[in-house]
Amino acid sequence: MTLTALLNFNLPIVALLPFVGAVFAAWASKINRLASAWVAAFVTILSLAFLAPLMALPFAGETLIQSWQWIPSIGLEFAFRLDGLALLFALLILVIGLLVIIYARYYLSKKDSMGRFFSYFLMFMGSMLGVVLSENLIQLVVFWELTSLTSFLLISYWQHRQDARAGARMALVITGMGGLALLAGVLLLGHVVGSYNLTDVLASGELIQSHELYVPILILILLGVFTKSAQFPFHFWLPHAMAAPTPVSAYLHSATMVKAGIFLLARFFPVLSGSPEWAWLVGGAGLVTLLIGAYAALFQHDMKGLLAYSTISHLGLITLLFGFGTELAAVAAIFHIINHATFKASLFMVAGIIDHETGTRDMRRINGLLKYMPHTAVLAIIASSAMAGVPLLNGFLSKEMFFDQALTASHTSSWAWGIPFLVVIAAVFSVAYSLRFIHDVFFNGEPVNLPKTPHEPPRFMKIPVDLLVVICLAVGIAPMFTVAPILAVAVAGTLQTTPPEYSLAIWHGFNLPLMMSFVALVLGGLVYFYRKRLFEWHESNVAHWDARVIFNAVLGWVNALATVVTRSFDKGSLQHASVWVIATGLLAGFIGFATVSAPLLGERALLPMDAISILVVIVLILASVLTVTLHQKRLVALIMLGVVGLIVSLAFVKFSAPDLALTQLSVEVVTVVLLLLALYFLPQTTPKETSHFRVSRDIVIAVLSGVGVMLFTMAVLSRDFSPISEFFLLNSVPGGGGTNVVNVILVDFRGTDTLGEIAVLALAGLGIYAMLQGMKLPAPDHDSHGRLWNRDLHPEIMQTLTRLLLPLMTMIAIYIFLRGHNLPGGGFIAGLIAAVALIVQYLANGIAWTNDRLKFDMHWVIGLGLLIATATGLVAMGLGYPFLTTTFTYLNWPVVGKFEVASAIAFDLGVFLVVVGATVLSLVELGKLSDQSHKTQSPLKPQQENS
Amino acid sequence: MLETTLLIAFACVSLAFLFSFMRLIKGPDLPDRILALDTLYINAIALLVLLGLYFQSALYFEAALLIAVMGFVATIGLSKYLLRGDIME
Repeated sequence: MTLTALLNFNLPIVALLPFVGAVFAAWASKINRLASAWVAAFVTILSLAFLAPLMALPFAGETLIQSWQWIPSIGLEFAFRLDGLALLFALLILVIGLLVIIYARYYLSKKDSMGRFFSYFLMFMGSMLGVVLSENLIQLVVFWELTSLTSFLLISYWQHRQDARAGARMALVITGMGGLALLAGVLLLGHVVGSYNLTDVLASGELIQSHELYVPILILILLGVFTKSAQFPFHFWLPHAMAAPTPVSAYLHSATMVKAGIFLLARFFPVLSGSPEWAWLVGGAGLVTLLIGAYAALFQHDMKGLLAYSTISHLGLITLLFGFGTELAAVAAIFHIINHATFKASLFMVAGIIDHETGTRDMRRINGLLKYMPHTAVLAIIASSAMAGVPLLNGFLSKEMFFDQALTASHTSSWAWGIPFLVVIAAVFSVAYSLRFIHDVFFNGEPVNLPKTPHEPPRFMKIPVDLLVVICLAVGIAPMFTVAPILAVAVAGTLQTTPPEYSLAIWHGFNLPLMMSFVALVLGGLVYFYRKRLFEWHESNVAHWDARVIFNAVLGWVNALATVVTRSFDKGSLQHASVWVIATGLLAGFIGFATVSAPLLGERALLPMDAISILVVIVLILASVLTVTLHQKRLVALIMLGVVGLIVSLAFVKFSAPDLALTQLSVEVVTVVLLLLALYFLPQTTPKETSHFRVSRDIVIAVLSGVGVMLFTMAVLSRDFSPISEFFLLNSVPGGGGTNVVNVILVDFRGTDTLGEIAVLALAGLGIYAMLQGMKLPAPDHDSHGRLWNRDLHPEIMQTLTRLLLPLMTMIAIYIFLRGHNLPGGGFIAGLIAAVALIVQYLANGIAWTNDRLKFDMHWVIGLGLLIATATGLVAMGLGYPFLTTTFTYLNWPVVGKFEVASAIAFDLGVFLVVVGATVLSLVELGKLSDQSHKTQSPLKPQQENS
Repeated sequence: MLETTLLIAFACVSLAFLFSFMRLIKGPDLPDRILALDTLYINAIALLVLLGLYFQSALYFEAALLIAVMGFVATIGLSKYLLRGDIME
């Protein structure tokens, strides 16, 4: 039963298992270096095992979809799909992945971290599987972005190397940019079709092609494809990504990363192809890429560079085939995807072996390796021949089909007659660089001063290459018995119909494609023979073109522009930022006032005013003005601020907001303590530094915005309107079981909000703790009048009285906490009161004394609070209700009477603990900072130590 | 009777509030100002208790209680600052 249950969601398992495995791979490397390789291999095999039971479905012509609701309102489903195309790619990713894992285990040296490598590798594998198995397009884009990120990590695996970091950054910039375009394209596509699911999209080809948004959709999706698959003009990132370890290159540039773009071309082939725009864009980019790649590959001296440009060229070939737009061309494209993956992976591995055994990849130095490593040489020769398109190897078959399609395409329009010629030119270069790879490396004399004497690599390093080369041969000799079935389902999955008639035979008789192959082989040999002259011509005419220069220049401009824009708004000063914000607010408010014709004040009668209120408000105004004018004397300004805070809380009391009043009072006290702690290290006065112009400008802005806010408030208050508070007032008791609406909103109606807020508070507390670690500041040893500090650390009256007050304050905190649901109070206020109670003890008795008696670590208090708050939410989920659903009941106890118990009180306890923890932690850490400075500075000893 | 008493008390407390604030502005020294702030807190307590009596509501009393319990903390902090500069050591 469990097995069949698992089968209902094994597609997501296939894609997500590598992500889980990545964690284990990283962890396993702590136990044993090789353990992470074993984990990676095991996870890959496990993914294959989960895929295995489904393989029969595509062969039976079925498409499997497994989907779950995620965020239905934006069309996001957690949906996976398995058809022939997805199956082919999933198999390529997993099988070649497994071979690369075996290979990498021997490739990585003792200095390289296995855990990091295999954990990145598995994450990348999972992202790729997610791309090919996605049914939902937005989900596909998410995985697509993940491949960009994880490939960035893989390419920059050798973080100490500048070229690796630069190459990885370039790949990320280019493919990330393409990913954004793809997202936009997919959103448009979903808008046109009305669904983000591939099944619906694939069924609406005509709708899409006739829609006016077709061209924008096509261009945006192709931007994603071309950047990922290194098509011209975005091809230049791929050679720079060769700074990655060779197993990464073997994986990313044969079967996976760059094939993701090709996969997308195949995926959207049925809906997007067939238009002239498609033919021009896809075919054009493919043809140019094919030629550039083939030409540039010949002139690379680095083995991996040669393979990189050859990869570009072959990707161009596949893209060009898709660009032809016919069903047979799609067959050839899919076939070449398989063949390229096998021979290119093996060639990269060979390059890695040679690099590993000789210490260099420069083909001008590694010559004549045949006698040092004959086995590897045979493998490389076969794989390169497949790349060149030599008969009896797999590359030959797909190249024949390619030539055939190029000939067919040449009849389609008047400009297309040249295609067969250009294609043959590319094939000529392809033969020439394949020949160079064989001849330069394994023949051509003796090695030139190699760092070490080459010899055959460990047996198991060659096994993956052996297997891949055997596949090249098997497919090339007996295609009908090897590749035919999987090719047929993949083609069916791509075209979404029955595949057309095609023949996989090696011999089709003497025809034009065979002639083209022959010409390419002969001319390629000639080109290689006369390479010296070509090289000279290339060095003097073409070699100085470097796309990286343009890329860096563009990147530089973008950065400079961003800096200019940012700098013109943000000068790194708070005053400056406030001016922008307040002035903008003022302008927006003014426009609002000016454009609405309603009278400024409403009809509501004004409330009567009593003498005391007038007096208190006058004091408030004076205190505010004095705070501003006295700001240069910081301590006096702080005292004035105390008055402002006090009166504001009195105002809250008067206007029936007791919760706010209680909060304001507690916050007031904590603020004064906080500022005093900071003031110890700061100058007691601020210098006059602002110009008259700025002062007058700021006064104008301040007065105007003050008047504006006043008018706005009056405009609102003098009207009758029904705020949302009605809802809360009505539902507080029946919905949340509490009569204190403020608290019920905090812990019940908007519980998730509060959870987020306390998480932020917890992070802020921990952040302050982290930032203050190891900080040392100079502290003054005298006050502003030059008097030395008093020697009495903790005056006795203060100590005695505050100790007496601790139980009282704690009791008030508990009381306010418990009754919070029904009367003013709750976790937040109670937390502040408790924090103040503790802080008083720190103030009066010192940190050491208090810490000795207060046994909890505030980190734990914060963590516990967050856990409790989250747990109440999870309990609700466990009982089948949405997250943070609360419940309450009324109990009737003797003596106590009838009272209400709400599950929200547990949540409130979490809030309480986080508030206490974060407040005490940050203030005491600031206090400890000054403690540090005393030790370095004065020999004063405490006169008495009361305990 | 009580009403009249309360009104007189309101007047007195308001005057006290005003005078304390004037002392706070005038100074001349920091201890004067700190003491003035503390007295303002005390006046606020008195004001709240009177309001509670006047409107016959217990909530005012609670706010007064809270000021009574916590208002002195700011004073302690400020005084300790004058004494030692470092208020938590």
